[in-house]
Amino acid sequence: MKRLLPMPWHSVMLIAVWLLLNGFSYGQLVLAVILAWLIPILTYPYVRGHAPVKKPLAMMTYSLRLLYDIVVANVDVARRVVLPNRYLKPGWLAYPLSMTEPFPVTLLASSVSLTPGTVSVEFSEDRTCLYIHVLHLEDEKELQAFIFKRYEQPLKEIFGC
Amino acid sequence: MTSLNNLAVYSDYFVAALLIGGALFMLVGSWGLAKLPDFYTRLHAPTKASTLGMGATLLGSLVWFSVQEESLHIHELVISIFLFLTAPVSAYMMGKAAIHRRRPMAEGTRNAEEAERAAERKGINDRDD
Amino acid sequence: MLSNVIMICTGMIGLAMLFCLWRLIKGPDITDRILALDTLYINSIALIILLGLYYGTALYFEGALLIAMLGFVSTSAVAKYLLRGDIIE
Repeated sequence: MKRLLPMPWHSVMLIAVWLLLNGFSYGQLVLAVILAWLIPILTYPYVRGHAPVKKPLAMMTYSLRLLYDIVVANVDVARRVVLPNRYLKPGWLAYPLSMTEPFPVTLLASSVSLTPGTVSVEFSEDRTCLYIHVLHLEDEKELQAFIFKRYEQPLKEIFGC
Repeated sequence: MTSLNNLAVYSDYFVAALLIGGALFMLVGSWGLAKLPDFYTRLHAPTKASTLGMGATLLGSLVWFSVQEESLHIHELVISIFLFLTAPVSAYMMGKAAIHRRRPMAEGTRNAEEAERAAERKGINDRDD
Repeated sequence: MLSNVIMICTGMIGLAMLFCLWRLIKGPDITDRILALDTLYINSIALIILLGLYYGTALYFEGALLIAMLGFVSTSAVAKYLLRGDIIE
């Protein structure tokens, strides 16, 4: 089983994307199934395992909330861009990470980049610290608490780490 | 039949609103790219505003084609998901390149010493598998 | 009505691309130019989508998808080159 179908979720995703791109027909479905079977077998040796998702449902709510946050944050950023430059207060924030698994940390960094006026730029060497550039920095503590409560806490729950 | 025509009319307005909104966001993003004072603030405009603008435009296109051809037309969804996945990654790469090149920051940037500490990080080529 | 709206949107995105071009020419550093190119390719995807809407054909999506993929790969490749070229050599 492990050798024939090493990454079942990747296979499902490949079928879905192939059918989305080419439209549904039975011929395409056969082609999608063949590709979804072959590609994971060929690429499995290069994939390093990552932390498994423990709570898929929480992942769904997290993605939906992220989508909402993206819209809100974009309106905010657009407003700040339109205002004159002298009202901007850019700044840096060294955000202390409380998890070490690469995959959840990547998700956290991407979420931070897509949402409230922040872009994650670099990790510290020992991966305990995420350097974030903030377009408009009012209060470091408050922003840190906000990121922790809204993104890091749910991610820790989802991945159980 | 009339209800279908009504749907087409309403969807026209909806698509028009989405397209105008998307184009407006992209315009703001690019304007920010042109006017903001330093590289790091410029990084914000394209990664956020342009991505959302793209999302709105693609959604408009999705709705229009779905109503026109009276079947769900989801190609655009793949592009927008792809853009939402790649925007933070490319922003991270460009920000990292800039921070290690020690690009100057705008006046009044707070906690600039944090960026200095980040730039001193060694061994960015070492992959720790 | 929709074709007029599409024309207006095309104008706005053209203006956005001009802003990107200005940043591309002005610089002042290569990282700014990469950022300008990155924004330029995102804008060009929007332009292609609008063209597809104007002509009412779905054929342009393949082009948009290709630009999206090539744009991302080239942006990250150039950024990676900057990091390596500057620090190792």
